[in-house]
Amino acid sequence: MAVVSGGTTLIDNGALDAGVPTGSLILLSTQTASASASISFTSDIDSTYDSYVFKFINIHPGTDWNNWFAFQASTNGGSSYGVTVTNTAFRPYHNEAGSQTGLNYLDSYDQAQSTAFIRLCEDTSSANADENLSGTIQIFNPSSTTFVKHYLGRSQTGISKVGQAYTVDWYGAGYFNTTSAINAFQFKMNSGNIDDGIIKMYGVK
Amino acid sequence: MGLISNGTTIFDNGSMASGFSDDLKFISKATASASLSVDITSGIDSTYKEYIFMFNNIHPSNDDITFHFQANASGGSGFNETITSTQFRATHGEDGSSASLDYLTGADQAQGTSYQLLAGSVGSDNDQGVSGYLHIFNPADTTFVKHFFGAFQSIAHSNRCNYQQVAGYFNTTSALDEFSFKFSSGTVDSGDIILFGVS
Repeated sequence: MAVVSGGTTLIDNGALDAGVPTGSLILLSTQTASASASISFTSDIDSTYDSYVFKFINIHPGTDWNNWFAFQASTNGGSSYGVTVTNTAFRPYHNEAGSQTGLNYLDSYDQAQSTAFIRLCEDTSSANADENLSGTIQIFNPSSTTFVKHYLGRSQTGISKVGQAYTVDWYGAGYFNTTSAINAFQFKMNSGNIDDGIIKMYGVK
Repeated sequence: MGLISNGTTIFDNGSMASGFSDDLKFISKATASASLSVDITSGIDSTYKEYIFMFNNIHPSNDDITFHFQANASGGSGFNETITSTQFRATHGEDGSSASLDYLTGADQAQGTSYQLLAGSVGSDNDQGVSGYLHIFNPADTTFVKHFFGAFQSIAHSNRCNYQQVAGYFNTTSALDEFSFKFSSGTVDSGDIILFGVS
């Protein structure tokens, strides 16, 4: 059934007409972690949207100490995750005691043509409920078969380390150095489970 | 009544189906006019896990002042929640002078309850002021602290371009449902603060 108003087709054949204004940020999937070893997005990543945005909210690890949240991509629908990445990372930090601040490039946390999972935060831990992170990543044109795939990310983390509580504002950016289409992403802690948290995937028109 | 076209539900139960509507939801727009502060006191609850404030041409009445914000917990009194935060800035003069990138130790907080600086040294000329955005994550949560981050572009009273990045957390497990924005002195002469929820 089509819907026509004033001679103008608004809806036909299961879709809005291209001339009907719609949203530009479209929620595609929401997944909630509950002692999850990993969370994977293996569908809806194609040429429909020019970029995809992941938002991760209150990600809380299940394992203490030297633990971080990370992601990687797949070109085979999620059968494996490990696309070659070159990236940058820097972050300001500040402790609750007010005695330590800094803004540094993190040359031990970046990657140069590596297939390892990509850090999205400073170390975090499971000890307290205020040790968790929230943030976002935007992936540009993952289905391109001509260009590499750029991403931009930022996260905000509350952590405890060496007896101090810190806030850390993490910036990461880079590219998946492949001309194969990327069609799946996976998120996990480097150790143990994702105890709690929500990850949402959006398409951006 | 639903509206189904070729087997695809377009509208149902008073709403457009997922995949057709925008998931960046406009909630409110506050326009300042010689306002001592712009307080957003409604529309922030558990409906969304993320809220975004957009700041368009926030212009102060006074010169060389800071633009800043605070929150109030649900059922609380006063904008005075505990914040630990970071702040850094890239800056460049209109005359090409003194470009730098620095952590700003005077603009962060360590368990402070002051208004959190978003943009500093803002000028009041008509070619000066502040624009930017601020994300707040899961403010209605009662388990975790409340993370925020934002970016602000301002023109200083000394005709410098300042790009400031702020982030941190409200160190409370109480829900936050009110936010206040103001300058360190004088009024918010003009400008819009637009609140969005992210579905």
